[in-house]
Amino acid sequence: MIRRTIMTGAAAAALFAGSLGAAGAQDTILLGAAAPQTGPLAGGATVTHWPAVRLWVQQTNEDGGLQVGDQQMTIELVEYDDQTNPQQAIQAAQRMATQDEVDFMVAPYSTGLNLAAAPIFAQLGYPMITGTAVTDQQPALAAQFPNMFFVLGRTSVMAEDTAQLLVDMRERGDLGDRVALVNVADAFGIEMAGISKAILEENGFEIVYETSYPLGTQDLAPVIDGARAAEADAFIAWSYPGDTFALTDQAIVQNFAPQVFFTAVATAFPAYQERFGDQIEGVLGMGGVNADDPAFQEFAQAHMEMAGQAPDYWASAATYAALEILGQAIEGAGTTDRAAVLEYLQDQSHEYATILGPVNFNENNDNERYWTVGQWQDGVFRGVASQGRDGVTEVETFDGWN
Amino acid sequence: MTTREIRNFIIAAALLALCALLPVYGSPYWLTMGTTMAMFAVLATSWALFSGPTHYISLATAAFFGVGTFVTGLGFQSLPFWALPLIAAGIGAVLAALVGLVTLRLSGVYFVIFTLGLAEMVRQVVTWVQNQTGHRGMYVLTSITEREIYWMLVGLGALVYLLGWLIGRSRLGFALRIIGNDETVAKHLGIDTALAKVALFMVPGAVAAAVGAMLAPRYIYIEPATAFAPLLSFQVVIMALLGGTGRLWGPIAGVIPFTLLWEVITRQAPNQTLLLLGIAFLLIVYVLPGGFVGLWDRLRRRYGGQP
Repeated sequence: MIRRTIMTGAAAAALFAGSLGAAGAQDTILLGAAAPQTGPLAGGATVTHWPAVRLWVQQTNEDGGLQVGDQQMTIELVEYDDQTNPQQAIQAAQRMATQDEVDFMVAPYSTGLNLAAAPIFAQLGYPMITGTAVTDQQPALAAQFPNMFFVLGRTSVMAEDTAQLLVDMRERGDLGDRVALVNVADAFGIEMAGISKAILEENGFEIVYETSYPLGTQDLAPVIDGARAAEADAFIAWSYPGDTFALTDQAIVQNFAPQVFFTAVATAFPAYQERFGDQIEGVLGMGGVNADDPAFQEFAQAHMEMAGQAPDYWASAATYAALEILGQAIEGAGTTDRAAVLEYLQDQSHEYATILGPVNFNENNDNERYWTVGQWQDGVFRGVASQGRDGVTEVETFDGWN
Repeated sequence: MTTREIRNFIIAAALLALCALLPVYGSPYWLTMGTTMAMFAVLATSWALFSGPTHYISLATAAFFGVGTFVTGLGFQSLPFWALPLIAAGIGAVLAALVGLVTLRLSGVYFVIFTLGLAEMVRQVVTWVQNQTGHRGMYVLTSITEREIYWMLVGLGALVYLLGWLIGRSRLGFALRIIGNDETVAKHLGIDTALAKVALFMVPGAVAAAVGAMLAPRYIYIEPATAFAPLLSFQVVIMALLGGTGRLWGPIAGVIPFTLLWEVITRQAPNQTLLLLGIAFLLIVYVLPGGFVGLWDRLRRRYGGQP
């Protein structure tokens, strides 16, 4: 009996020592990432999401990894394709957590996929720092998922800032009263058009042309035609990548050149510049960065070297910043224990140094300093309106397609 | 009931219990996989109830499923959650009846095309309504867990099997088998073929809508593009045909290996999942015309046992 007890005790001690040894020997952090590599959003994710994630991992490892407590830990990335499918996004998160046993996970790409994956991140106890989720539901979401953080900002504020920019330009005497307001007919477009319309009307603008088109519409000539016939001074389109390109294309073909030309998502993409070259000087779009900030320039340079393409001038930096925040939280907590890291993130007094500038989270896990509107100026997409960010450039009048 | 039927019932009940207890003995990973499997099992089995005997290939699953998710999206704040799948099922059945009345007089290929277009049409209508009303993206924030969704799906699955069994024994089921073999003969026998088809088409319509309503809390953010994704319709068809539609247990025999294989492919070669869909389809056409069920029956015939 005594012998058996001793044996059990010895076995337990051996196990304990073994587990300690295993924990001590671990010098890599497994980081899981699932985002679209196929499906409708694969194009956007390969511009914005994947290069930023891979770049951060590469750079962190080149610098010797993260300083966790008294240990230097490198990062190993595990990648999955979620096929732009919420079902697959959930399954991928579950698989990474329980099969690959990753230490941390990168939040997925796009608002919809981030929200679909939120419950599983919460349930598994992983911090979820989103770089590409724009919503207005931060308070409700943060209440339900205390592990979910938002870097990119609020949709309604972006619509407000865009409308406010027009108000300011008119005050300066650069803009008339007539606005053409169009939107892609889905939740995003409808919501944004609604908010900006209310503000514009409140400020005495006249909406001379208003229409919407279904997602995936190929021929947008009638929209540009309508706006031109209505003699609009400003053209605001709450558009998605495909229609952003198609609308710009048509405006150039028809030489429709109002004093303000605004298209929403993808205006900040490098592909937009590649496609239209110098013609887009003065075009406004959603997002923006402080293009003169050395931190951003360094990021853009490294991005170019690694991925062979420039980052977009909006969410690329936010995706990268989300990982910088995660890294700093792990270092700050001094452990890879997820609960401790989460606690560190939830402490509102912590501030993180990122390529976006300093970021901190409010009581809704929300970053209150972000870019809202940008403009192509001298071949660079500069932020012309922001919430609490330095380096805002003066907005210029659009002087036609060169 | 014959002893054989009693035996089958006991086996079915035991299997059902085994499925229902998955959250107890399985890991969270398997619960997630199980939820996906249960979803496809319910969808494919109900799909096969109609498409099996009649040979009409319906690609409308995504349409009904999407309608269901929107029912939950619109109603979860004002109504108790248990009512939503019921309402969704009702709307799904009515929609199926309308579609059936219009299209089930058509033969084969016209029906396929129409059902494929249906999901897109409903999506555009929903989008148009949202646009007209200035409606915003829908957030379904509930406290419903994956485990509860899984149990709801298993419950619905049991219901579908029971219904399938009852239909198989009923006059309606008999009539549909005759229609499937030769519609002209069926008409000459005095069967109201249109009515029989419409009546049965309502079953997969109602079930798919109910499944959509149950899964909406899992998606949280509901937008037409994901709710009505056409891929779902094709997955259901492939899985059901892979398993075989000749027997009630056929579709699930396709769902389980297909979902596992899909998961393996996703892990090993993330870009090749659509290839799997294509290969499975070729396999069904060239090698397994009756699915696994057909194979099983062939093997049994060859190596003794009952015909």
